[in-house]
Amino acid sequence: MVMRKYDLNLPVPVSPINPYLRTMQWMFHIGRYMQLLAASFRRPEKWRVFKELFILELESIGLQSVGIVALLSLFMGAVICLQTAHQIGGWIPVYTVGFTVRQTMILEFSPTLIPVILAGKVGSNIASQIGTMRVTEQIDALEIMGVNSATYLVLPKILAGVIIVPFLVVLSMVLGIGAGAWIGVATGVSALADFEYGMQVDFKVFDVIYALTKTVVFGFILTSVSAYHGYHASGGALEVGRSSTKAVVWSVVIIMISNLILTQMLLN
Amino acid sequence: MIELHNISKSFGSHDVLNDVQATFERGKVNFVIGRSGSGKSVLTKCTVGLIEPDQGFVTYDGRDFTALSGKERKVIRQEIGMLFQGAALFDSMTVEENVRFPLRMFSDFSEEQIRKRSAECLERVELSDAGVRFPAECSGGMQKRVGIARAIAMNPKYLFCDEPNSGLDPQTAIVIDQLIMEITREYDMTTVVISHDMNSVMEASDTIHFVHEGSILWKGTRQSLLAGGNRELEDFVFASNLMRQIRSSGQL
Repeated sequence: MVMRKYDLNLPVPVSPINPYLRTMQWMFHIGRYMQLLAASFRRPEKWRVFKELFILELESIGLQSVGIVALLSLFMGAVICLQTAHQIGGWIPVYTVGFTVRQTMILEFSPTLIPVILAGKVGSNIASQIGTMRVTEQIDALEIMGVNSATYLVLPKILAGVIIVPFLVVLSMVLGIGAGAWIGVATGVSALADFEYGMQVDFKVFDVIYALTKTVVFGFILTSVSAYHGYHASGGALEVGRSSTKAVVWSVVIIMISNLILTQMLLN
Repeated sequence: MIELHNISKSFGSHDVLNDVQATFERGKVNFVIGRSGSGKSVLTKCTVGLIEPDQGFVTYDGRDFTALSGKERKVIRQEIGMLFQGAALFDSMTVEENVRFPLRMFSDFSEEQIRKRSAECLERVELSDAGVRFPAECSGGMQKRVGIARAIAMNPKYLFCDEPNSGLDPQTAIVIDQLIMEITREYDMTTVVISHDMNSVMEASDTIHFVHEGSILWKGTRQSLLAGGNRELEDFVFASNLMRQIRSSGQL
């Protein structure tokens, strides 16, 4: 059988109960995901068009997510502050509140949970957009014209995700810590000076580097995994819906697994 | 001229195409007809390289498309225009942006030249006023015409039309058929139309290839088609009451 170097239209093995076949199915998806990435990271046909698409994706993934990121970060920062104040009672220094808010926001909430939320918002959007293009033959139309559909559709999304998600995460850190400080002072659980001292105590720049490193990886995962599920959608509207769900579920699962691996690698 | 040499394709144990040989001539509207599931669409996809055949090869004016590298294929693909069954217009772009798309991707035209060329193409399909609309705001017939405008934007040498009349009323279908005939002559293209619509076959075909169970069972013209050739062909051509009545009335 003649095979193209990147044959992205291979049939999916039937979902088996047999563990061996199930493993083979996972291997199949990993292989096909790698093929899509290999096909995506090619020189675009026209840089001018690519630049326009990239800017559109920055807006779609980044600017349009600022609202939800800000809302969640503000409330989470405030809640972490109140919960910490409640837990420490009267026998642990009050500056611990500022310290805990900072560490929680920088180490885990912003770099991990924000990408998980973006996987739901942005990931489902990417999968359904590309999936609809697949089932309505728009991707075939691109291929017939001689356009590398993977580079055209997937690469701008991955690059935009990798670049803009860290900015969203930094915004989340700032807003979360700010909201923590505000609620702490407003409710009287911590003086501003104590909170500020807690924020600065034992601060390691490496924690921010660790957080942003994770964020870059998660930005890549949430965009590429979602694009993969959309790109290989088949059938009709039902299948596009399914691919959208799969995109969110698998993005979250892979983000969580990567989080564990990266934490082990970077903090030890 | 497009030539298919011994094309075979299977999906698992199911043989879809068996040793297909065909020649699609330049300046003519070449129809590929057959029942649903007979292998017409797979044949088209093998011809344009969306599916790789298991055996055989395709030549475009003597150039072996199947043996070319991805980069070399791109050159031929830019000479191909395709009208899809559902038009496959990019729904995030306006009609005009759809027509401009291949020009922006592959030509060295300035923005002004691109605008001029897309206006010409839209005028050719009589949609000069529809440029600012989105595909969702266009009727089925309009979408097909935009698809044709996009397909001819790059002055293609080869045009493929997959079920160009599906979902259209008979009058609009005739408009599309005539448009395909006219632009084939105008651009001196090799046009391949996949269809199972006998009205369209009788209206627009120059040559006809009848596909049955993955093989080309019959080749000829619309005149010889009505004389019949084999039982499968006659079953297909005279499946409708109208065609049977025309035959029995002796008006063929």
